Amino acid sequence: MVEFDNVSKVHKNGFQSVRSLSFRVHRGEFLVVIGPSGCGKTTTLKMVNRLIPHTSGTITVDGRDIARQNVVELRRNIGYVIQQIGLIPHYTIEENIALVPGLKGWDRRKIRKRVEELLHLVGLDPAVFARRYPKELSGGQQQRVGVARAMAADPALILMDEPFGALDPITRDQLQDEFLRLQKEFRKTVIFVTHDMDEAIRLGDRIAVLKDGELLQLDTPEQLLTNPVHGFVEQFIGKNRIFQNPELLPVTEVMRTDPATIDPLRSPERAITHMRQRRTDTLLCVDGQGRLLGIVSAYDLQGDAARIASVGEIMQPAEPVLPLDATARDALVKIAEARFGLVPIVDEHGKLSGIVTKGSLLSFLAGRWKDEKAGVGS
Amino acid sequence: MNRRPLWEQIVQQLEMRHEELGLAVLQHIKLVAVSMGIAIAIGVALGIAVSRIKALEGPVIGTASTLQTIPSLALLGFMIPFFGIGELPSIIALFLYSLLPIIRNTHAGIAQVDKSVIEAASGMGMTDAQILFRIQLPLAFSVIMAGIRTSAVINVGTATLAAFIGAGGLGDFIFLGISRSMDALVLIGAVPAALLALLLDFVLGRLGRAVTPKGLKI
Repeated sequence: MVEFDNVSKVHKNGFQSVRSLSFRVHRGEFLVVIGPSGCGKTTTLKMVNRLIPHTSGTITVDGRDIARQNVVELRRNIGYVIQQIGLIPHYTIEENIALVPGLKGWDRRKIRKRVEELLHLVGLDPAVFARRYPKELSGGQQQRVGVARAMAADPALILMDEPFGALDPITRDQLQDEFLRLQKEFRKTVIFVTHDMDEAIRLGDRIAVLKDGELLQLDTPEQLLTNPVHGFVEQFIGKNRIFQNPELLPVTEVMRTDPATIDPLRSPERAITHMRQRRTDTLLCVDGQGRLLGIVSAYDLQGDAARIASVGEIMQPAEPVLPLDATARDALVKIAEARFGLVPIVDEHGKLSGIVTKGSLLSFLAGRWKDEKAGVGS
Repeated sequence: MNRRPLWEQIVQQLEMRHEELGLAVLQHIKLVAVSMGIAIAIGVALGIAVSRIKALEGPVIGTASTLQTIPSLALLGFMIPFFGIGELPSIIALFLYSLLPIIRNTHAGIAQVDKSVIEAASGMGMTDAQILFRIQLPLAFSVIMAGIRTSAVINVGTATLAAFIGAGGLGDFIFLGISRSMDALVLIGAVPAALLALLLDFVLGRLGRAVTPKGLKI
């Protein structure tokens, strides 16, 4: 959909804000461009609709070189949303949204229908808002109109320059969710500039990290977090961010690998002694090959010890169980429903690899927190 | 020689000269209207040019400011060698004298339009002309109007001096009154000029408010 081929921008004063950038944005993809201020991310965005002309290389949109297209035509076919919103103050909301369709010469009835449809899409009641002026709307409502205006002529590509950056956190969350829903529903290709990593991870199908005009990494959020290719990327995204995203942390990081186990053929007395030694109230029953068979608890043992010959008789099925490739998030969810307050982790052969307990989760997170406080880094 | 109360003098003069006065008022309005018309057309155009081409800003605003520093009487006198006496040199002098507030306010009015509005509009594919006529000028209108008002009020006053170079108008009465030490004649010239200025100011003010886009008044 959009392709950068060796694109650079050198300013008149010799400053090079973008250095031989090459990447490709697929149709329907949500690409987030992120980096510290002055990294060239806004320049990169504005080169696509030629608000800033690039000085070398080629940018193609839909296979056509943008430098060879009529600039006005090009822009009318690309949605554009900016942080300051930029609604025209003496136009009503309706007229603002109708701007591009009007420029493209749609007929009035079609425009009116489209405006109404778009206001509904962005959650504003046309009966209330169509005739109002931008000043009468809150910031969040204005940016809803900004998004509607960008989508008005149904462009396949939308450029967004920190569109939600000036909004309060609650409104920002709402708009992010709603825009993501719209983008997926209508399969728009989006290039979205931000400096907020949380926003990038939340929205982006892929994230491009820019620094000093160079592309350091372009990857999915998961790849970026687990596999930063550059020290700066790692530093910029912040390793600690992983703990705000437990779905990105493998369960092996939070499990204990020395669970107390017992052969189900052993006597209950032996089990009780073993529990005392290991200071635990549950034992995992495993067979000779280390395969998980079930769980016995101290409570059950105490009640039935006199009546049974081996713990296997009162062993309970181990439920739930997680595979080794599960995430910390899965563990957090499962632990809440686990009967004995623990979740065994087994490998593909059913062999016990470790357990996650509430205690192990807590001490892991606490350890991270302590490191961070001490400034050691994590 | 004339010991009668002022108001009686005024009544007497008006009886004698009301036809002349009517003509003088019309002549005065003509001087103001023609010079202001040209000043608005050229002033707004120059203001737009200055706001688009940065290099013009210094020379244009500088020249207009310099013109404004010349005493109005001197400027009228300057015109005589080039254009002789009468209406034409007066209109040219009044026009030059009215330019600065219009140019400056047009420039300021366009400059104060929110940059993000322009960026969004051009990013969506509006042409420069569309941005000028559909966004910048409407949004600058009230500021331009204020400049025109300032110019018009100054212009009505300055136009009385045009009588010096034979353009007629209400100035004729004032100068006649001064040379003959007749306060009544001075007042017959000055009061209508002042009223004319106030009226023009009021009308232009109303007009300015009427054409301010609705979305800006909220």
